[in-house]
Order: sequence, then C-alpha cells, then structure tokens
Amino acid sequence: MKGISKLKSSLQKLVLALIFMPLSAMAEWALNLRQGVTPISQEIYQMHMVTLWVVTVIGVLVFGVMFWSIFHHRKSKGVKAAKFSHSTTVEIIWTIIPTAIIISLAIPATKLLIKMDDTSESAITIKATGSQWKWKYDYLDGVGEGITMFSSLDDKSKEISQRDSGLDPMDHEFYLRDVDEPIVLPINTKIRILTTSQDVIHAWWLPDLGWKRDAIPGFINDNWAVIEKTGTYRGKCTEICGAGHGYMPIVLKAVTMDDYTTWVDEKKLAQAASKNTSNIVLNMEELMTKGEKVYKAQCLVCHQANGQGLKGAFPSIVGSPVAIEVSNRMRHIQQIIYGKGLMPAFGEQLSDVDIASVVSFTRNAWGNNTGDIVQAKEVSEARKAPKVIK
Amino acid sequence: MSTLAHDDHHDHKPTGFKRWFFSTNHKDIGTLYLIFALTMFFVGGAMAMIIRAELFQPGLQFVDPQFYNSMVTVHALIMIFGAVMPAGVGLANWMIPLMIGAPDMALPRMNNMSFWILPFAFALLLSTLFMDGGAPAGGWTMYPPLVLQTGDAFPFLIFAVHFLGISSIMGAINIIATVFNMRAPGMTLMQMPLFVWTWVITSFLLIASLPVLAGGVTMLLTDKYFGTSFFDAAGGGDPVLFQHIFWFFGHPEVYILALPAFGIVSQIIPAFARKPLFGYASMVYATASIAILSFFVWAHHMFTVGLPIKGELFFMYATMLIAVPTGVKVFNWIATMWKGSMTFETPMLFSVAFVILFTIGGFSGLMLGITPVDFQYHDTYFVVAHFHYVLLTGAIFALMAAAYYWLPKWTGNMYDERLGKIHFWLSLISSNVLFFPQHFLGLAGMPRRIPDYNIQFADFNMISSIGGFAYGITQLLFVYIVIKCAMGGKRARARSWEGAKGLEWEVPSPAPFHTFETPPKLTKKVLEGLY
Repeated sequence: MKGISKLKSSLQKLVLALIFMPLSAMAEWALNLRQGVTPISQEIYQMHMVTLWVVTVIGVLVFGVMFWSIFHHRKSKGVKAAKFSHSTTVEIIWTIIPTAIIISLAIPATKLLIKMDDTSESAITIKATGSQWKWKYDYLDGVGEGITMFSSLDDKSKEISQRDSGLDPMDHEFYLRDVDEPIVLPINTKIRILTTSQDVIHAWWLPDLGWKRDAIPGFINDNWAVIEKTGTYRGKCTEICGAGHGYMPIVLKAVTMDDYTTWVDEKKLAQAASKNTSNIVLNMEELMTKGEKVYKAQCLVCHQANGQGLKGAFPSIVGSPVAIEVSNRMRHIQQIIYGKGLMPAFGEQLSDVDIASVVSFTRNAWGNNTGDIVQAKEVSEARKAPKVIK
Repeated sequence: MSTLAHDDHHDHKPTGFKRWFFSTNHKDIGTLYLIFALTMFFVGGAMAMIIRAELFQPGLQFVDPQFYNSMVTVHALIMIFGAVMPAGVGLANWMIPLMIGAPDMALPRMNNMSFWILPFAFALLLSTLFMDGGAPAGGWTMYPPLVLQTGDAFPFLIFAVHFLGISSIMGAINIIATVFNMRAPGMTLMQMPLFVWTWVITSFLLIASLPVLAGGVTMLLTDKYFGTSFFDAAGGGDPVLFQHIFWFFGHPEVYILALPAFGIVSQIIPAFARKPLFGYASMVYATASIAILSFFVWAHHMFTVGLPIKGELFFMYATMLIAVPTGVKVFNWIATMWKGSMTFETPMLFSVAFVILFTIGGFSGLMLGITPVDFQYHDTYFVVAHFHYVLLTGAIFALMAAAYYWLPKWTGNMYDERLGKIHFWLSLISSNVLFFPQHFLGLAGMPRRIPDYNIQFADFNMISSIGGFAYGITQLLFVYIVIKCAMGGKRARARSWEGAKGLEWEVPSPAPFHTFETPPKLTKKVLEGLY
C-alpha cells in the first residue's frame, strides 16, 4: 500500500511538473560547451567551435543535395530513373576532400594536445585522490605544502537527495554541486594536478579548466591549469564508481595569491588543532549531536538515514552485533579506522573525537539503545592497539 | 521464373514443439531470432523507461542509486547482445540463403544451437535482478575494480557474456561457411548483394573480437575468485589493461552493430530509387576498410586514462581516418538516390532517416575523436547522445526498415502502409526529442550514469524523458503492425516491391519452407537483377 501511495504521489509530481515545465523559474538553457577560465580551456572551446562549424557546413551541403534529390527525383513527378551506377572521378573527389578536411583539423588538434601534455615548471602541485565517494586533496609542492583535506558532498544536498526526503532540489541552487570543504588555489599560477584513487576508478573533472582525468588506483596521472579569473568552479566525478557516483562533486575556489597565502596559514593552524583531540571529553548529549553530524557527512550514503543500509549491498547498523555488543567496542572503533571490505578507512580523515562521537551515536540511535559511550581517549588507544579486524 | 520459383507441393514440415525447438531450417531459426530480438528490445526498453522516469525531474523519485546503475548496465547489455545483434543474425539467417540461392545455412544444427543458447544466456543475466546485491551495476563496460564489487550476480554476468560470445561466434562461422561454399553456381563474390557482403565482413569482426572479450572477462573471474591480480595494481596488475582488452573487442563491436545496417539500407535505397546502387565496388571496399580500421582505434574510448601522448595522437589520427570510408558510403547512398525515380514507402522512409541521423551520429563521433576536445566530452551526455544516434536512429532504424522491406516475403502479406508511416513519423520525432537535447546536457556538463542532477539540467532532461516515453509507446504500434501483417492483409507478390532486385524476390511470397533445393540458374536476366 505504501508503495502504491508513493507511486501516486510521484505521478502527481510528474503531472504537475509537466504543467509547470515552461515556467520553471531557475531554467538554464545552456546549449554549448563552457569557455572556461584557463588559456587551454579557451583553446579547447575554439577547437570545439571550429569542428562544430565544419560538420554543420558539411551536413547542410550533403543533406541539402539529398533533400533536393528527394523533392525532385520522385516517381510521382514522372521522373524516369537514370541508369548510371559509378563514376571513378566523383569517387576520387569525395575521398580526397574529406581527407583534406580531416588533416586540416588534425594539425591544430595535435598542437593543442602537445601543449596540454607539458606539465613542467609548475609552481604548485596538488594530488586529488578519489575514494567511494569523496575526494582527498594533498598539497604536495609549493605554497601550501603539507595541507591535507577531504572534500565530500555538502549536508544539504545529502539530505535532499535521500529518496524519501520530501525536500525539493529546486530549493538548493548548487544541489549535488557543492561540497563541505572546497579546494582553494591561487590564480595566474601554473598548478599541476595529480589524480589517483584508493579503491575504484574515478575521474576528476572541472569543465572550466578544460579537461578531465581518470583517477586510477595504483597509478598517478598528471595535468595542469593556469586559472585566470577568481571564482568558484564546480565539476563532478565522471567515471561510474558505484552507488555514490552522482554524489561526489568537485569544487575549486580560485583566489588571488595574497588570499591564498592567508588561507594556507589558517588552514595549517586548524589542521594542527584538529590533530590533537584525544583529551576532549564530551557528555552523552554532545556526543549524539556531533555523532549525528559526522554520520550524515560520512556514513549516510551507504548506511542510509535510518541506519538500515541497502539490502545486499550495504549492511544494516541497526541490531548489528558490532554496534550493540559491549565486547565489540574495539571492533566497532577499528572498523571505522581501518575500514572493512567495501567500507573505506576513515582513520586518517576523522579525528579521535569525531570517531568517538559517531561510534557513540550509532550505538545509541534507531533503537540501538546500548547506553554505551566512547570517548576520544579510547579511540586514540584503539589506533595503537593491535588490529582485531582483518 | 518458373525454374527459380520453387514448387511448394512437397513443402512438408514438422509441427509444434519439434518444429521450433529442433529446427534446422534457416527460415524458422531466423524467425526465432527476430522474435527473440523484439522481445529483448522491449525488456531493455522497459529499463530505459525506468531510467528516463528517474531522470524526469531532479531528486530521487522511483529507484535507489544502486538499482539505477543496474538499469543502466543491464539496459546496455540487453540492447546490444539481446536486441540489435540477434536481430541482425535473424535477418542474416532468413535472407542470406535466399539472396545467394542456397537451400539453407551450411551448418544447420549449429544454427539451432547458436540460437537456443541465447534464451539461457539471458535467463542467467536477468536472474541477477532478483539476487542479493542486485544485478551488475558497474556499467556494461565492466571496468575493474568496480565490477569486482558486484555481489552474487558476478559469475552470472561473466558466464552470460561467455555464452553470448559462443552463440555469436557460431553464428559468424555459419555465415562465412554458407557464403563461401553455397552461392549459386556462377555467382562471384563481387556479384553478391551488399547485405551479404556486410554480413561476411561482420562475421570476421565477430570471430576476431569476441574471443578477446571472453579472455578479458575470464581474467576478471580469476581475479575475483582465484587470487590472480591481472587488473589489481596492488598485486602488480593494471586496471587499465582491462580497458584495452575490452575496447579491442568493444570498438569492432560497434561496427558489428552498424555494418549489417549499412547492408540493409544498401538493399533498400536502390529498390525504392529504382536505380542500381552507386559505386558497388567502392561500397565493398569501404566496408572492408571500416572493419580493418576498427581494430586500430580502440583507445579513443580511453583518452582520459592518461595514455602517453604518442598513443593519444595515433588513436586520434586513426579515428579521424574512419570518417573517410564512412563518408564514401553516405555519398554513394545519396548518389544512388540522385536522378532515381523515388517512392517513399515505410522501408525507404526509415532508410533515408537512417542516412541522415547516422551521419549526425558520425559528426559527433568525429568531434569526439579529436583528443584535446574529447577531454571535455568524455563520459558526459554528449557521448550518450552520440552513441544513441548511431545505434537507435542508426542501427535500429535500419532494422525497422529491413522488417518492413522483407515482411511481405516472410508473411506473404503486405503490412498496413498507413500504420507503417505513422510508426515511422512518430519514431522519428520522438527519438530526436529524446536524444538531441542530450547533446546540450553533455556540453553543459552533465556526466553520464548518474541517477540525480542539479536543477540546471532539469529542463532538457524533462524534454528528453518525454521523447523517451513517446518513443517507447510508439514501438507497441510496430508489434501491432507485425501481428496484423502476419494474420492477413493484401497478398504480396513474389516481387513485393516494384524496384526490388535480388534472388529473394524470385521465390514466392511467403517464401516456402524449402527454397533453392536445386540451385537457381543465373541467366543474364537474373544477373542484371541482382543489384
């Protein structure tokens, strides 16, 4: 019954949407490729436009001849069919002309490709590591060296994207195109961007930079960009990487060099502070609030808002022995630190207090009323203890 | 005429279960293939409807992301291996013996087996929809490591692919054996109808490419269950190796789907232009060049994996080169129409639409072949639009044209021309409403294989979905037309179309159970009528 009423409401939405389609306020009828904000992306745009015009003109000419024939060489107009069936001259002409067109397109394409391939003399190097389903960024070289950060889908998009959320994607301008923490990079600087992955293949794409590159486990690809305008640029993972493939956007904030150095200083301070959380002690209420926040950000895509996962793909936390039996506390904490099977490792990304909160939360939410509380100190000890999970 | 048109007074045939399950008759097996293909077209189509319903609006309305990915994956596998390929083999079975004056296929028992493998292979694949962990959801390209995360469905996927490959290879061997050994005495290779030529070349593509796929998926199987690490970097393997193997099969596969379509329109356009095919020899050479080139372009599917620049340049040049023989074919079709005496019955309408829309798919293909720009197009809806133009408004439009063209020969009745034309115009409009806006979506930045999207993509997705629903419903009309035609209608003459040429039109309509038990004599008059 529930299924039927859900279907009904979906159909209602469908009909309403049909009626109001021409009015949808935020319509953006983008027709063409973005020009982007790097010299390369603009050259790519030019190349795209040239090719588009070439094929359009060919199409108009070829189909023009064809339609002329369709309208004039009809039996109903009393036309008697001609008998000819070959002409070597014509065949040679229409082999040579396309070959010439192709060569004239291949030359600029080759030049552009060679230019794109040259990653030498870059001032800053960052590495983007994909995992199911977020990006990790390491600033490896140049100003900002040493910064490490994780970037995943923003909480608001996450809530709206749940199947029964009842929330309207129209209310969020950057629905599925926003992250909790964007990468920050300076303009007018040659930046080398490495891509790799921890689990399956992902692809890192910012249309405004003019390229995408696969992120492949065990291999590192490199590419580069010189961003010429400050602003926020958005893109997405473009290689299917599992259930969360549509939910791992990429957001880059391009700022002036001055703003960038300020950001680097602040980021480094914050990074140092978040490393040392093992002495923080929270009460039950604080743990539950913080834990729920961490859960929404890191766990919800797989284990779902109700903690029950998706049958066959992602196990339920509700009633799971790991999450309710006291003897399994260590296993519970270490599974989050090290991951297990499809579940990625969170030990590097989450601080001791984050892990403590989310463990406490999952042990006390949705009817898992164990009353168990885990504090940051226990997590810090679990990091040093021998592994109890494979 | 009377020497060719074979008597049907000793036209005895088995009935019921025996006739269909033990059949060694090329016409019955051809019919089985065609009915199976049409059924799978609707199964795969139903999945497409689920996809378009989910994408109708932003937000998740109908299915979970994991199930959505399964739909995307299984839709592709079914449409490629279950609909378009079997439909092509069905036409080959029915028409090749009739076109070359042979009594049957060279290997009739193998013919039976290659068909009956198919229902079992698809039973394996479709059963995964009900398994723990769901159906395969890593995309039809089965890239590791993602595909290795498949649940219980994994071995079913691998063995379904194996069976489909075995079935296709047997079909290909049969076609080659038939064409090389059983042509009517006096018919040279360069006198064969173009449909036969394209199928011979397609058969070689099948034999050369499918074992490579079989090897690739077997390596996936051993990686998952037997501790090998062909594609696991942590064990010294390389995930990109699979992509090279897959696309070494995958690109020729594209032409396995397209070449028979070229053959079909090369039969139909001359028939309705009442004028011989322009440049027969260059058509044969162009088809062969496309087939050979198709083995040297596979990595254009992989420009973003980080190939060395020399590799990227090689594959860009080779890819662009394919435009030349493909262009020759298009020009030849137009030159065939030129100064003809054309009429536009349904088969001709679908063929003309094929020439235009396949060429549009070819244009976007040329754009995709230019490596630096492909970095922007790759894995977006621009690619989705591209391959649906060449496969749906390309291959499937040609298959529809073939069905209308030969239905009178198969059933002995003319189909309802008025309904056929309605089916054509509705299909033409709806498929363009469905796929043209996807070019814009891709250029605007929408990746493929995502269940949900930002509002900036909402309007074009809604239009595309409306086109999709309309196209889906329209195809039910096709089923009605076929059934109506099989049940009765205006009696078809042996030569059902005024301008149709070839041996298949020398036998009565419907074609009797056994034809050409004694080879036809290729008199001058018959030879002139061949193409």
